[in-house]
Order: sequence, then C-alpha cells, then structure tokens
Amino acid sequence: MSRVHSPRVIEELRDRIAHLEGGAAKKAAVLPFGVREMDERLPGGGLAYGALHEVAGGGAGTVDGAAAALFAAGIAARSKGKVLWCLTRRDLFFPAIAQAGLHPDRVIFCEGDKEEDVLASMEEGLSFGGLAAVVGELVRLPMVASRRLQLAAEKTGTMGLVVRRWRRQTEASDFGNPTASTTRWRVSVLPSEELPVAGVGRARWLLELMRVKAGECAEFELGACDAKGRLCLLPHSANRPDTSTWKGSRAS
Amino acid sequence: MPVDHPLVVISKSGSKRWISAVDTAARKLGLKLGMPASKAQAIVANLTMIDADPSADAAALERLALWALRQYSPVVAVDGTDGIVMDTEGADHLQGGEALLISGLVNGLRGRGLTARAAVADTWGAAHAITRVTSAETTVVPVGGVAKAVTALPIHCLRLPPDTIHGLRVMGIETVGELSAMPRAPVTLRYGPEVGRRLDQLFGRMAEPIEPLRTPELVEAAKHFQEPIGAAETIAKYVRRLVGELTAKLETRGLGVRRSDLVIHRVDNIRQCIRAGLAKPVRDPARLSKLLCDRIEKIDPGFGIERLVLVAIMAEPLEERQAASSLIEEPIVDVTPLVDILGNRGQRLYRVTPVASDVPERSVMRIGPTADETGATWAAKWPRPSRLLANPERIDVTALLPDQPPAVFTWRGKRRRVRRADGPERIFGEWWLRPREHAAVRDYFVVEDEAGERYWVYRAGDGVDADTGSHLWFLHGVFG
Repeated sequence: MSRVHSPRVIEELRDRIAHLEGGAAKKAAVLPFGVREMDERLPGGGLAYGALHEVAGGGAGTVDGAAAALFAAGIAARSKGKVLWCLTRRDLFFPAIAQAGLHPDRVIFCEGDKEEDVLASMEEGLSFGGLAAVVGELVRLPMVASRRLQLAAEKTGTMGLVVRRWRRQTEASDFGNPTASTTRWRVSVLPSEELPVAGVGRARWLLELMRVKAGECAEFELGACDAKGRLCLLPHSANRPDTSTWKGSRAS
Repeated sequence: MPVDHPLVVISKSGSKRWISAVDTAARKLGLKLGMPASKAQAIVANLTMIDADPSADAAALERLALWALRQYSPVVAVDGTDGIVMDTEGADHLQGGEALLISGLVNGLRGRGLTARAAVADTWGAAHAITRVTSAETTVVPVGGVAKAVTALPIHCLRLPPDTIHGLRVMGIETVGELSAMPRAPVTLRYGPEVGRRLDQLFGRMAEPIEPLRTPELVEAAKHFQEPIGAAETIAKYVRRLVGELTAKLETRGLGVRRSDLVIHRVDNIRQCIRAGLAKPVRDPARLSKLLCDRIEKIDPGFGIERLVLVAIMAEPLEERQAASSLIEEPIVDVTPLVDILGNRGQRLYRVTPVASDVPERSVMRIGPTADETGATWAAKWPRPSRLLANPERIDVTALLPDQPPAVFTWRGKRRRVRRADGPERIFGEWWLRPREHAAVRDYFVVEDEAGERYWVYRAGDGVDADTGSHLWFLHGVFG
C-alpha cells in the first residue's frame, strides 16, 4: 500500500467507524477543559456530552474520593444547567463543592439506600434530558449497568459522571475491569504548590487519563479546580521534592 | 379559659341531661361519663358546661379523617363517633415504620391542640379496642400478637350494643378472653350473631374491609372488569385510560393533582394501593401515568383484579400558562417531572443551602428539591474539605501549644508527617443558640502530609484555657 493514499483511506475509515458508532449526528458536543494539552488528547477537543465518564481517586483517594468528587464538580460547574448528584453516603461537604464553582441552587441531590438505587436514579436523570450533568457516587459499575448509562446519556446528550469510591483501598483493583464508559480518569493528589511563605498553596493533582474511546492515554500534572471549576497546567518544576514517594504510594 | 378550669360536655335527650365528655381537670374532681348534669353541678361549683353538638363533632371528625387520608394512608375511614381507622399496610414505610407513623400522627394532632391515642394492630377490632382502653398514647401490636394483646381487655371495647354488653356483664363476663372462651352456640342463641362476628373480626378470623372515606370534592375515576385482569401490560393499559379520564375531569374543574391513589381491588377482597405524589399540581396524563406505571411491579394481582379506582386525593388549582418563548434566552428546564419520578421511588431528594453558621457541620441545610432558588452561597474564603466526616475522628498529634499546627499525626493507624500547614482558623461555639458552647473554641488547621494528602484537623480548645475545650485533636475532613 502506497503511503500517498493512506491519509484519505484512513479518513474514510474514520468516517465509517464514526457512522457505525452512531455518534455522527451529535458531533462537536463537548465541554473543553480549557487546557490545550488536555483537550488535544480528547477526541472532539473536550469531554464529550452524551457520554459516561468515570473518575476515581488514587491512593487514599480511592476510599474518600475527595479529589475525584471535586474534579467531577469542576466539570459540572463549567457545564450549563441543573445537575443531579446521586449518592448513598452523606459525607459530601457542599461548601467545598461551591468553592469549585458549582452553585448550590444548581445541584439536586438524590440519596438512595443502595448502589442499585444510585444506578437507577442516574439512568432516570440521564434519560430525562434537560440536565447538564448527572453525577453518581458508586462502588461497583458492572459492564451492563455502565452500558445502560452510556446509552441513556447518548440518547439525550446529558453528561454522566461516575465517581468511583471503594470501601477499602485494596478493592480499587476493580477499576481495571472494563466498562462502557467513554473516558476513565484517575485523580491523585500531589504535594501542593510551593509558596514563598509557610502555608498550603493551590492543590495539585496528577490526572491520569486511563482510557478514552478513540484516543490515547495521558498524564497531566494540574492545579486543582479554581473558583470557576477550571484546571490549569503547571510547569514541571525541576526541583520538586522526591516524587518517588507518591508514585510509589499510588502503585501500592 | 384557664386550663385547670373543669369543663364538661352535656348531651341531651328529652329532659334527661348527662355528661358525654369531661376534660382532665373535671375528671380529677370525680366527674364521670354518663353522670347526670345536675349531679355534676352539685359536686363542682361553677362548672363550665357546653352543650354537645353531635353533627358538628361528626363533621370535624370527617375533616380530620380527610387530613389523615392526605397525609398518612390511602384507606382512611371514620370509626364510630370518636375515632379514625386507617389501613397502614404499605403506607407506614413512608413515615419510617409503624411506630414512627403513629407517634408522628399523635404529635401532629397534639400540635393542633388535640389529644389522641393511636394503636397499630393486625385487625381493625383490635386497634379499636386497644386505643379505647389502654392509657398509652401509642401502642404497636406486633404481627400475630392480637390474641395476646386483647384477652385482658374489657368487653365494652368490642363495638357491641350497650344492651348486649350489659347482659354479658350480668352473666359475669368481664374480659374479651372470658367471652371468647365461652361456647359460641348458647351465646349466639341468647345475644344474636353479633357477638360472634365481633369476636371473629377482633381476632382476624373474619375479614373486615375498611371502606375508604370519600367526599364529593374528591375526583375519581373507576373501572370495573367483567373478567379479572392480571397481566402487567393490561394493568398499565387501564391505568393510562383511568389517568386520561381523571385528567379530563380535573380539567373541567381547573385542578391539578398533587397526590393520587390507585386502589386495586382484587377478586379475593384484598385491596392494594399505589400512591403517587407530585411536587407541583399536574394534569399531564403522560407524567401521571408514568409515575403510576413505574410501580406496577409492586402490585400482586393474585387471582385477578376486578376493579381499579384512581383518586386525586389532593388536588390544587392549576392554571394553564403560556410557555414563555424567547429566541435569545435559554429555556428554563423544569425538573419537577424528574423529582416526582425519583421521589416516588423512595429516594430522598434535596438541595442544600447555606446557613449563617461558622460551625462547619451546621453550615449546610437541606431544603426541598423544588424550593425557590435563593442564590446564596457560602461566604467563607478559607478552603473547605470536599468530604466532611460525620463524626470527627480522634487523632494522636505532636504539636506545640498554643497555636502551632501539628508536626506529626496518626489517623486510622497511619502516622503522617506534616509538610505544610495553614491555620489556625478559630471557630467559636454558638453561645447565643446553645448555652453549653459558651466558651467552646475549635482551632482548625489545614495540614498536608508528605504524599500531598490534605486534611482538615482541629483542636478542641484554644490551647491555653481548659474551659474552651478538651485540647484533644480531631480530624474532620479530607480535602480533594
């Protein structure tokens, strides 16, 4: 095969695949992060509406899901419209979410007793339409359930965000199991930004894009959500103190 | 009128006047039901007497039953002249269980200035008897415990005519247990079949359906079936048809449904109910039928359903409004349909709103999901953790007093060295609301360990004065 033809052929094949995936009609509905390096890595130049996205924490964050919730809140804050937040545990502290730019008037909480309730509520929220995003805090996300959520999201163009959090850190290996979600993220905390004085600076995250449909995995070091839910890329600091410790702790 | 002033209600029949109700103060003075009015006046000087008004009493009782119908259960009826009976089957879980349901009911009535006694039992007869005899405000008879609960009760609570009761007493029968131990045939021969029937109803050997209270204002649509139906699709079809009928009737009156009951009558004389509540008055057939059809799987058709009744228990005026159409503005999405669907599934829906309180756990208040938007948000500039532990957890800390952040702390068995810290952010107890917090102080610190994990820890107390707190350290939240 000559290399001259290949771009056109590949283009054609891409079109056919896109047609098969059925997403052709609702293209370009994405929510950009506003960070060029991140948006480049995502097909369409941002986080797709009408799709399911999974977020989990790294290290101790697998249990508390604090950074993952904040990441999801930042995304929801930048979207427009109401947000349905489904959960079973009531430890979310909303003032922090409000500090990420998500106004309390925009969020309707739906508290269930069981995981299945959260899944059912999320599906109902996604298929309702009219919402900007549906956030769900889940332990297990089986393939079948994730596919139902993904289909419901595709139908209405609402963004589904699943914050995965487990009871124990060892259970987090579940995050490797395949699901039908479009992207999968892991947010781990990094030592915060250096300040010239004593104190805690802006929080920083190591954001791993572990899986994305029609895209490649990537890692970003980011400054955490600001007051409007925006992230920012941080320059790599050469003199950063030993990163091996957190890398090691994340792998455990 | 002073509360301790004795008060009695006087009933009249011809020239005979007797006491038909007494209050606590009058009872203490020795006045009893059935006592002649003149005798009572002789016992108590300047006794306040009110003429009885049975028709007004009945009307008030019906109003009360209607209120209970809206609040508590789809099947409510007036029981005699002094009570309300309701079928709590399938309705108690909405109030958190039987005990909570009746205590809530009694408290709700007390808030309206009424004293009430309530009991939950397997049968109407048992609940009737227990409420009228026991002095406890609320009684819950466990399932299958009727026989044990009623044997010692006196026979006058059996809903029998006074003559029969008197006759039985003459025979020396005082309690339900004694009566039920008697041979049935002679009793029936002498007092008629009523005694046996009431006993059977009391013990649940004979069904006693409650005919729910209905008033002319209630809009309802009903469907009788020639042949009993049972398939889910058939039920759904007829539910949709009933909803259509109901909404058409509501439209003529300009009403919208706030709460509707689907009552399912089975061929074996068992009644089931599905209740659907709505956040706003609604007349849209599609929405209403979705809410009802959503829970068809809860229906147990048994041998078949012979009758479906759909009632708009609570209806409110609904005006058709023209949809605001604009080319520039974004349409405001009405989320009430979603709220209704999820709420009727038993999910707890709420929004949160700020409360002017510096104490973190009190700074958030839940409000209804469709409450008005306030636009208010938290004013705090200081970072707040995205997860707040419901109960702050004790941590072992090495820290300098009075105002240094911890250098090392141990939480959940893991020792962490603090790299960076911010604080203290001092939060005072709300002494203007809670006198016990007069001197209480918490000093909050944001601490970050070597791995970059950030926590919100506090010391109870200001580090100097022992009155301000125990000076123990707690971890209260995890930052994202």
